[in-house]
Amino acid sequence: MPSRPMIAYAHVTKSFGPLRAVDDLSLDIAEGEFLAIVGGSGSGKTTLLRLANRLIEADGGTITVEGEDVRNVDPVALRRRIGYVFQSGGLFPHLSVADNIGITPKLLGAPPAEIMARIDELIELVQLDRASHRDRLPEALSGGQRQRVGVARALAAKPRIVLMDEPFGALDALTRDALGEDFRELHRKLGLTTVMITHDMTEAILLADRIAVMRGGKLLAQGTPAELSKSSDAYVLELLRTPRRQVERLNALLPQSGAA
Amino acid sequence: MITDPRWGEALSHLPDYLGNHVRVSLAALALGLAVSLPLAILTRNRPAPRAVLLALASIVQTVPGLALLALFYPLLLLGASVTLKWFGVSFSAFGFLPAMLALALYSMLPVLRNGITGLNGIDPALIEAAKGVGMTERQSLVMVELPLALPVMMAGIRTAAVWVIGTATLSTPIGQTSLGNYIFAGLQTQNWVFVLFGCVASALLALAVDQLLGLIESGLRNRSRLGAGLGAIGIAALVAATLVPTMGRSSSGYVVGAKTFAEQYVLSALLRDRLQAAGLSATARSGLGSSVIFGALKAGDIDLYVDYSGTLWANQLHRTDIKPRAELVADLKTALAKDNITLLGELGFENAYALVMPKKRADALGIRTIADLAAHTSTMSIAGDYEFFSRPEWAALQKAYGLQFSAQRQMQPDFMYAAVASGEVDVIAGYTSDGLIAKYDLVALDDPKHAIPPYDAILLLAPKRAGDERLKAALSPLLGKIDIATMREANLRASGNDANSSPDAVAKWLWGKVGGQ
Repeated sequence: MPSRPMIAYAHVTKSFGPLRAVDDLSLDIAEGEFLAIVGGSGSGKTTLLRLANRLIEADGGTITVEGEDVRNVDPVALRRRIGYVFQSGGLFPHLSVADNIGITPKLLGAPPAEIMARIDELIELVQLDRASHRDRLPEALSGGQRQRVGVARALAAKPRIVLMDEPFGALDALTRDALGEDFRELHRKLGLTTVMITHDMTEAILLADRIAVMRGGKLLAQGTPAELSKSSDAYVLELLRTPRRQVERLNALLPQSGAA
Repeated sequence: MITDPRWGEALSHLPDYLGNHVRVSLAALALGLAVSLPLAILTRNRPAPRAVLLALASIVQTVPGLALLALFYPLLLLGASVTLKWFGVSFSAFGFLPAMLALALYSMLPVLRNGITGLNGIDPALIEAAKGVGMTERQSLVMVELPLALPVMMAGIRTAAVWVIGTATLSTPIGQTSLGNYIFAGLQTQNWVFVLFGCVASALLALAVDQLLGLIESGLRNRSRLGAGLGAIGIAALVAATLVPTMGRSSSGYVVGAKTFAEQYVLSALLRDRLQAAGLSATARSGLGSSVIFGALKAGDIDLYVDYSGTLWANQLHRTDIKPRAELVADLKTALAKDNITLLGELGFENAYALVMPKKRADALGIRTIADLAAHTSTMSIAGDYEFFSRPEWAALQKAYGLQFSAQRQMQPDFMYAAVASGEVDVIAGYTSDGLIAKYDLVALDDPKHAIPPYDAILLLAPKRAGDERLKAALSPLLGKIDIATMREANLRASGNDANSSPDAVAKWLWGKVGGQ
């Protein structure tokens, strides 16, 4: 593990009124790591993610990104250098696929020709079809295609960090599986540091290097799937048992395939 | 019907009326937008000021358009006197400025409400996404929120445009020439060609502007510079087209004012014709409210008009005593001279208020004077014009004769005579010079106690024309020449609904009768 974490939370607290969304939480995310944050709804995982690019400001504790305290960084500049994939895309409905993808480079003042080239490159990268998708409006795309555009947009300004808020949650199983695999490959190829929120432990196990489990604003456990299985926390163990039970039931119900 | 020469006459006024209408409407709309859009943007995240703002705009909307326009005239007069006192400069409270300000205020509600609704209706996830991709608040507003709110905002702007263009027809009484000049003049002189022409012209204008704004909207939405450009060019062309005829017109001419009834339209046309015959350039500014017109003369916005001695006696000098005709005019002349206003002289007839009822009924009841009438009023209804019942003459009449009518109604002057003839009301407060008295076989009751002051038609000149001998020479042939019988006949002619009844035609007839050879 490199000496300096890409993102570090130290004793971070955030309350919304009486609700402690994040409660004295500390967590380091190493460079190149793919971390999944798992937890039920209301566990504070989205709040935790948004604290990293200052979409939400912390009440207490310290958050550093690439070694810098985020409080000392202009929030707009910070967000431009961190990719963010929104739940169900968050694409701007009045802008074409290309304009959606090119938005952050445009905000950063990149020359138009460079932006055009980058858009084409990204459309290829997320495996969309340049001819049929480039100039469409988001409403003309399927859910999976929209999320690919969302990923392309997050990567457009060549960020080193990508934050993803349940990026594949609203997709059908097949699309979701393909998209997850494809993104995992992008993460590796581009040397990204990725933090992904999911409520689905199976997805977390299949995609992430390491998993952080949250409940009631606190970090219950963190580690590789193997490390987590040694946890003494009943909730964590229950979360881990679910995918396995599902696999066993699937195995029992489905005839073994692939032999023929 | 198409061959009716009044269509041609209406058409000849179109460049002037339409031009002024377009300019005041678009200026008002531009001002309304310039104020409302920033307010909508500033208050989009501030519920308390937003609620106050919308409430205020709604209250403005509940004020009838005519009243709102009328309110701005005294307001600006006050403003003008304040700036004169403090900064030594004044401005005209007449015409364009009050009309534009009132209409701008009128346009604010739909722009504000739709602006705020449009901006607040945006999915919060998209505003979050705008932040997330690294937009500043301003960039989020310009690149995401405004484009997404555009259709709703544009709908509000288009509503405002249609309202303003429609309401601008009501700016005629405060001195702003508009397509309303057709409607006011047409209603007063029963010239339905003019009324129809004015209504159709303003409806077509509203539709055209609405469509051009629609073109701009779809252009902006589809990010098509061509569409938006075409719409903008269309609007610009409309403004340019209305500027051309006005620029060619001399602005140094004399402006003849006229109040909002047929006699005034005829007299202003007569005065204008006389000035033109003397080689002076002159235009008529008709349909001015009776409270506006004197102020407009005093401020020099109009150069001359005909008023009535009793009206000025009560409304400008605030006198309640009554004097014989000649003495009252002499006193008035002295008093007006202090304001440097010239009372050039009397035209010869009197247009006084008179209580009028059907001749047959008066005979049957044995009523010849107002004193005779007093015994019957408890079972009778009376109708008057919009100002009569709040004028001192009415109070004086009631006091002198002890009149107690069972009901009183306000009516458009031209409808009163028909109403009393048909028995819908029992008595009306009519005008002695009105031709309809003879037409409907009505009788004006005598006023033995002289409760109603004399109302000699008098010619007034603006302060800046006090020493204008050419003007005085051009007008002097009219002084003392128009007797009551002649004026009644002229008014009766003007109340007809044919080509010979237009104010211009009647003015020519009148001149032929009193002076023309």
